[in-house]
Amino acid sequence: MNTPAHAADFLRRQSFIELNARERANVLVDAGTARELLGPFDRIESPWLAAQGITPQADDGCVVIKGKIAGQAAVVTALEGAFQGGSIGEVSGAKMTAALDLAAQDCERGVPTSAVILLETGGVRLQEGNLGLAAIAELMNAVLVLRRRAPVVCLTAGTVGCFGGMALVAGLASYVVMTREGRLGMNGPEVIQEENGVEEFDASDRSLIWAIHGGEQRQALGLVDALVEDDVSQIAEAVRASILKGVPSTHRSSEIDLYRRRIQALDASRQWDPRELRTSWNDQPHTEEKQ
Amino acid sequence: MNTEAIIRGAAWFRALTGRRHPLPGDPPSVLVADADLGGEPTRFLCVVPDRNGRFPCARRGEVGLEEAYTLAARVREVTREGGPGRKQPIVALVDLKSQAYGRREETAAIYLAAAAAADAYGSARLAGHPVIALVVGQALSGGFLTHGYQANRILAFDDAGVMIHAMHKAAAARITRRSVAELETLARKIAPMSYDIRDYAKLGLLHKLLHPQSPDEPTPEDIAMVQLELLAAIADARSAPFDLRSRLESKEARETRKASRLVYEKIHEQWHSRSEVTR
Repeated sequence: MNTPAHAADFLRRQSFIELNARERANVLVDAGTARELLGPFDRIESPWLAAQGITPQADDGCVVIKGKIAGQAAVVTALEGAFQGGSIGEVSGAKMTAALDLAAQDCERGVPTSAVILLETGGVRLQEGNLGLAAIAELMNAVLVLRRRAPVVCLTAGTVGCFGGMALVAGLASYVVMTREGRLGMNGPEVIQEENGVEEFDASDRSLIWAIHGGEQRQALGLVDALVEDDVSQIAEAVRASILKGVPSTHRSSEIDLYRRRIQALDASRQWDPRELRTSWNDQPHTEEKQ
Repeated sequence: MNTEAIIRGAAWFRALTGRRHPLPGDPPSVLVADADLGGEPTRFLCVVPDRNGRFPCARRGEVGLEEAYTLAARVREVTREGGPGRKQPIVALVDLKSQAYGRREETAAIYLAAAAAADAYGSARLAGHPVIALVVGQALSGGFLTHGYQANRILAFDDAGVMIHAMHKAAAARITRRSVAELETLARKIAPMSYDIRDYAKLGLLHKLLHPQSPDEPTPEDIAMVQLELLAAIADARSAPFDLRSRLESKEARETRKASRLVYEKIHEQWHSRSEVTR
């Protein structure tokens, strides 16, 4: 057969995006090492949804898998985008924070344990308002504590993307992995249009959305450590490689002077073509390798 | 009428620092000063509206790109300069609309700017600096995550002008497909949805509610009371772990955050269990 190599490659691929949260978390850990914590049979559900006529889910849309990645202890948390848009409630937020706290405690005890956070979320679950927002603040603290001892990898594969307060969690990560189908931003297009009008952001303009929030653009701005195809083995390999890099010498969210200079240099009097920033921001903050 | 007087953040910044002019070099929307508090230099930071700000979507008191990176830099200054001695306290005065909702902001990765400020505050706390958030007005959504929510202790005024929430009413109603009236009815029954600061206090996240007589134009008595409460919160933060555990262990949290506490307890058991436990 004379099928081109890339076509064969494409056919061999297994989509990661088509997997649910539990499957996603499971394929990232070494075979035979996965153990789910607080699984659906433990039935710790949101205590706030039923009173609002919403059926809670037995795992609150958050899966926690403890296992090994590249032979090292790791914990993977995955948000289920299909349940309430992956939103952060009291329980789903506490599950992630507790998992990271425990990983940090193991690091202290001499068992380096890294974390992988799978982000498909619009941010706070508004039905749990302030407890969702508080949960994100607590998760951010847990990331700050753990990332000094072991890598914290955030992965946004799609299709929900990562928005709201959870984008700040990605901002604190040691490493960010994205697909082209993934999106990362603080405010989604609809919210911006509602707040500041269609001239500010036309939420129906799909190409604009991807040009700003899409994985390829984020990678081009130096905000992503690995841009991968929607393929289970590629994504698992990128996660492994991130963990093997260890704790980075400097985290993006601590590079204040660099980003402050970049913001200072922008012409704020007009809207930009997102591609303009690819040129002005291409002095990579992480001077080490780009894979 | 003096419009500046109704900006509580600015009023309290002046009241607590004794300064009309903040440290130079920052955008006018960020007020920063070091002032004496109980005999100790303390850094105060506040975000205020600036009608002439560079970024159009961050002119009404929102935390935008410039505000977030300025806060980050000014908090880092404190942690960088501090030696092994006593750690300088940091007070975030909170009176902010939200994060900035704009296309420029998204393009230039406002999520990273917000993370940088939260990183600076959180790292200062973890390094032993007492970080206190004093909520004198609104503290909404990502704006509060950026400026205030990494504090060891959160103080807030018991006043109708104070609001801590994930999203303002109109937007929250729209997104949850309810009318504002329906949202308000629900919010009265469900504490984490409430917009009332007294309901927020029931969640266990708050260190204390304060009762100034005149939150808009602080009286000398108000100022003295708030200074004493700040000092007490700083002392309390110094005497406790530098984490956020107090938000789960407070009397109110034991009641309202039962589900969070159950998650921590059960996951801890299962983490350390060698056998199959998720059965």
